[in-house]
Amino acid sequence: MKYIDEFRDPALARKVIARIHATAERRATVRPIRLMEFCGGHTHAISRFGLRELLAPAVELRSGPGCPVCVTAAADLDRAIALADVSGVILATFGDMVRVPGSRHQTLQAAAARGADVRIVYSPLDALDIARQHPQQEVVFLGVGFETTAPGIAAALLQAEADDVPNFSLLSLHKLTPPAMRAILDAGEVALDGIIGPGHVSAVTGSEAWEFLPHEYAMPCAVSGFEPLDILSAIDALVQAVVAGEPAVINTYARGVRPEGNPVAQQLLAQVFAVGPADWRGFGAIPDSGLALRETFVHRDAVLRFPIDVTPAPEPPGCRCGDVLRGVIAPPECGLFRRVCSPRNPIGPCMVSAEGACAAYFQYEV
Amino acid sequence: MCLAIPTQIVAIDEQMATVTLGGVERRISLIMTPEAQVGDYVLVHTGYAISVLSPEEAQASLETFAELAEIQAELGVPTVDEIYR
Repeated sequence: MKYIDEFRDPALARKVIARIHATAERRATVRPIRLMEFCGGHTHAISRFGLRELLAPAVELRSGPGCPVCVTAAADLDRAIALADVSGVILATFGDMVRVPGSRHQTLQAAAARGADVRIVYSPLDALDIARQHPQQEVVFLGVGFETTAPGIAAALLQAEADDVPNFSLLSLHKLTPPAMRAILDAGEVALDGIIGPGHVSAVTGSEAWEFLPHEYAMPCAVSGFEPLDILSAIDALVQAVVAGEPAVINTYARGVRPEGNPVAQQLLAQVFAVGPADWRGFGAIPDSGLALRETFVHRDAVLRFPIDVTPAPEPPGCRCGDVLRGVIAPPECGLFRRVCSPRNPIGPCMVSAEGACAAYFQYEV
Repeated sequence: MCLAIPTQIVAIDEQMATVTLGGVERRISLIMTPEAQVGDYVLVHTGYAISVLSPEEAQASLETFAELAEIQAELGVPTVDEIYR
């Protein structure tokens, strides 16, 4: 397929890998250059194409919080599950969400098994169609995702307004990525040398959204695509920046990411959402990291339309998903990994989601 | 979640476009990429095109890789095995 196959050329990949090793050799310290790939899509590709092994010992890759399903707080999931149980409600969401455990091992899948109407959709526009087809019922869209996903939800919500579809509301669990990156660096729990920036988030925000990394943290950031050559060229650029001691934002995914991003998508976000605090699994509350509906759209805010009390939820005992999401440990360092926790019997969300770091390691590595 | 797939626009009808995704024809929204034309490749995410792919930038990346390969062939950059031998 065009734009995919040519970025998978193994011979070229070997050349880039050789250069990464040669550049890293010029560094004075013996410690590997440790980079964090923010995005779960990158984690998945790194595991799938065996890049971790090929880059050792020069470069160590540490997975970050870029899995929207994984960082959804258990209490927020509890709310979604309680909403699905409300009579007359159809809860629509993306496929990954239905198997993720809230507290007490509850899932949307289990809610559906006991009679709740839970629908998996590919697009928020599909959920809007369900609302049109079922005017007597309330369709609640469980919105998860970062800057990549939220503009589409905003567009669907505006479409519901324009077409006067009153029975369509949103439970917005949308989150912003730069504040989580800051939270990791501010906490200082993991020593990092550079960041592989999320490509499809950056298609919306622009690569400029990461300029705070070199400016405030002296941390290089390479915005990357998702094919092996994309990821390797981002790593190559980061290793060069680290060795030269010249932190900068480097856009190695210029075919899809403009410096300024997508202005229409940004406008959709600004029109529909207001930035506020959000709870992240593994982090707790992060200021200015969540997208809540603006007051103009309170009539479509599922939190207000269906008041439900949720109590703070404990994490599953022994699950270190939070440490994995903050990059403090790699999945095999968790005591449950592979022994108790597997994709068939996931204890935490990092093993459930296709983008979860634990799922990627389980499927392709160790 | 942030998976987005490059696909070619087959037809455009106002704000909606027809594309082929995984062998299946789908209609996607072009609301975020009003500049998209028939024949363009776009990144599709949850039913929306979020970016029109730039053939020039893609070509530039590939040429950079090709140059790297040439330079290595000329200078004889050591292989991974040679570095750590």
